[in-house]
Amino acid sequence: MSTTKHPSVLAQTVSTPVILIGGLALIAVLTWAFGSNIFGRTVTEMFIRVALVVGMFTFIGNSGVISFGHAGFMCIGAYGSAWLTIPPMMKKVLLPGLSPMLANAELTFFLSLIIASLFAGVIAFAVGLILMRLSGIASSIATFAMLAVINTIYSNWGPVTGGTSSVVGIPITTGVWISFGGAAAAVVIAYLYGISRSGLALRAGRDEAVAAAASGVDIYRERLIAFTISGALCGMAGVLYAHFLGVVNPDAFYLGVTFISLSMLVVGGMSSLSGAVIGVVLISAIIELLRKMEKGITVGEGTLSLPNGIQEIAIGVVMIVILMFRPGGLTGGAELSLTRTRANDGYSKKDQGSGNHPDNKPRR
Amino acid sequence: MTAVLQILFDALSVGSIYALGALGIALIFGVMRLVNFAHGDYIAFCVFAMLWPSLDVVAIVFIGNLPWFLLIPVILGIGAGLSIISEILVFRRLRDANPATMMITSFALGFVIHNVLLMFYSSRPKAINLWSNLSLPVEIMGARIPLLQVITIVMTIVILLALVTFLRRTQFGVEMRAAAEDFTMARMLGVKANRVIMAAFGVSGALAGCIALILATQTGVADINMGLPVMLVAFVATVIGGLGSLHGAVIAGFLIGGVSVLLQVFLPLEARPFRDAFVYSAVIASLLWRPQGLFAPKSSKERV
Repeated sequence: MSTTKHPSVLAQTVSTPVILIGGLALIAVLTWAFGSNIFGRTVTEMFIRVALVVGMFTFIGNSGVISFGHAGFMCIGAYGSAWLTIPPMMKKVLLPGLSPMLANAELTFFLSLIIASLFAGVIAFAVGLILMRLSGIASSIATFAMLAVINTIYSNWGPVTGGTSSVVGIPITTGVWISFGGAAAAVVIAYLYGISRSGLALRAGRDEAVAAAASGVDIYRERLIAFTISGALCGMAGVLYAHFLGVVNPDAFYLGVTFISLSMLVVGGMSSLSGAVIGVVLISAIIELLRKMEKGITVGEGTLSLPNGIQEIAIGVVMIVILMFRPGGLTGGAELSLTRTRANDGYSKKDQGSGNHPDNKPRR
Repeated sequence: MTAVLQILFDALSVGSIYALGALGIALIFGVMRLVNFAHGDYIAFCVFAMLWPSLDVVAIVFIGNLPWFLLIPVILGIGAGLSIISEILVFRRLRDANPATMMITSFALGFVIHNVLLMFYSSRPKAINLWSNLSLPVEIMGARIPLLQVITIVMTIVILLALVTFLRRTQFGVEMRAAAEDFTMARMLGVKANRVIMAAFGVSGALAGCIALILATQTGVADINMGLPVMLVAFVATVIGGLGSLHGAVIAGFLIGGVSVLLQVFLPLEARPFRDAFVYSAVIASLLWRPQGLFAPKSSKERV
């Protein structure tokens, strides 16, 4: 990095997060200037999703291991913030089992955001100590099992989590700008991790596990670092979401959100930060467009509208078609950048999927 | 003694469903390295096929009223057909994609099937009156066991035996096992890829049909989400059994069924709602103990 021959990694790649955040900021400004209230809510939700998917990318993209468990960290973050910010009077009734320290806490949003995100990160670290020993599909299943465990605990531990019923009374603070801030922060953190020593080592391990290990990369350690950071980012997305809706419920953080976020990541291109952001923005835009069309568009005299339920079917079909024609996702693993993306990033299409899986050879 | 027998039958019948599901997932994984998340929606689709062509709440109009010796092959055929169609339309183009892409595509396909059903039938569960006399209990050695449980277990054993015979004795079966073991090598020795993959999808879809019949009789409702829990457990069972190992998937299916029934019986009352947390913790423990699965075939070891 310090040699004079090449520009530093930072200088080579810094345009990526700048472009991404710039794009998101443009959306935020346009929404602020022209959008209706309802549209603002849609955009807020999208920014929260960007934070979540970028958080997932930090682990999945850099390590190449699909995780089904990150919605669990979102759950932990959301409930963590609910515990910290709901007025104590309400907590006495809703959540009588809380420890006195939590029961009396009434923190401000920003303090709670930081504490709850860190809490999710700590849990991710603790779980990661065990789970990161695994790799490949075993690791994916283990993260899914972790999600199921978290969901079971939060759905049944009535006195502390309110069980399957919703916990209400969370102050509603997340708007377009706060959620934009969250998304931008997630992009910056994910980017900084990606160019850090650990991020580079982890990607080396993803592409060539044996060679990386032989060069002294401790894959377990790097994965654990990535998992912790991504857990904290997903926790932050959870906090934003809780303060967006004002209500949390364990099933909001289970399979539905897991699959739709993973789909956004994979459709965008799971091995690049740009892919994560583009996937979310694009799929959210298509969903919103279809929703509008379902409600009806005025064309001349009459209104044209799609039958109810077509929206979900169409989004599924669109995702299938994108993946059929671009199996590496829309970006194919490349980053948006002012300088040309170099093929020796390990991102070239040919390498995808062959790195960690020796028996995943092309078949036709 | 009777209590033990009762528990045994409970465990076996729950395990049967998981085992059939795991087998359906393992078959496709073996030949294509595809984890088919649409499997649960195949099951739901087969259940709702019994209501065709009616959309009413309580109505079995056409297929569901067929006599059993016609109904069973028709439902299995529908499952197999749906599965084969999805292979031809979608998965065929993705054979050289990476596992994550295939996984998400199968999820998207399941999402489409799910929403098609939702559009026609709405999310309210519908009553299905299929073979309700099967839930009458029979007496076996002093224990009163629902006849359906006995039939489920016997059927599963018959299906498994038939499948073993198919895989061992027929050419298709041998080709399929060879493909599951080492796809590239099998192709070099003259196994036709398309044929084998299509056969695997067909058998897997038919297994989804079996599960649909059992679930519909057992619960008496058609619910859009009824395939999902089975699929998830089956998916887990496939992995802890050892991906690519068919008998491993079956044994792991029975194992998970057994463990969850035992926990339900023996956990203290206050811990019982957390049963699934214990089951999934056991899954994690099993993965840590044998990351390649309990019955991993030699070919699945990571090569360097």
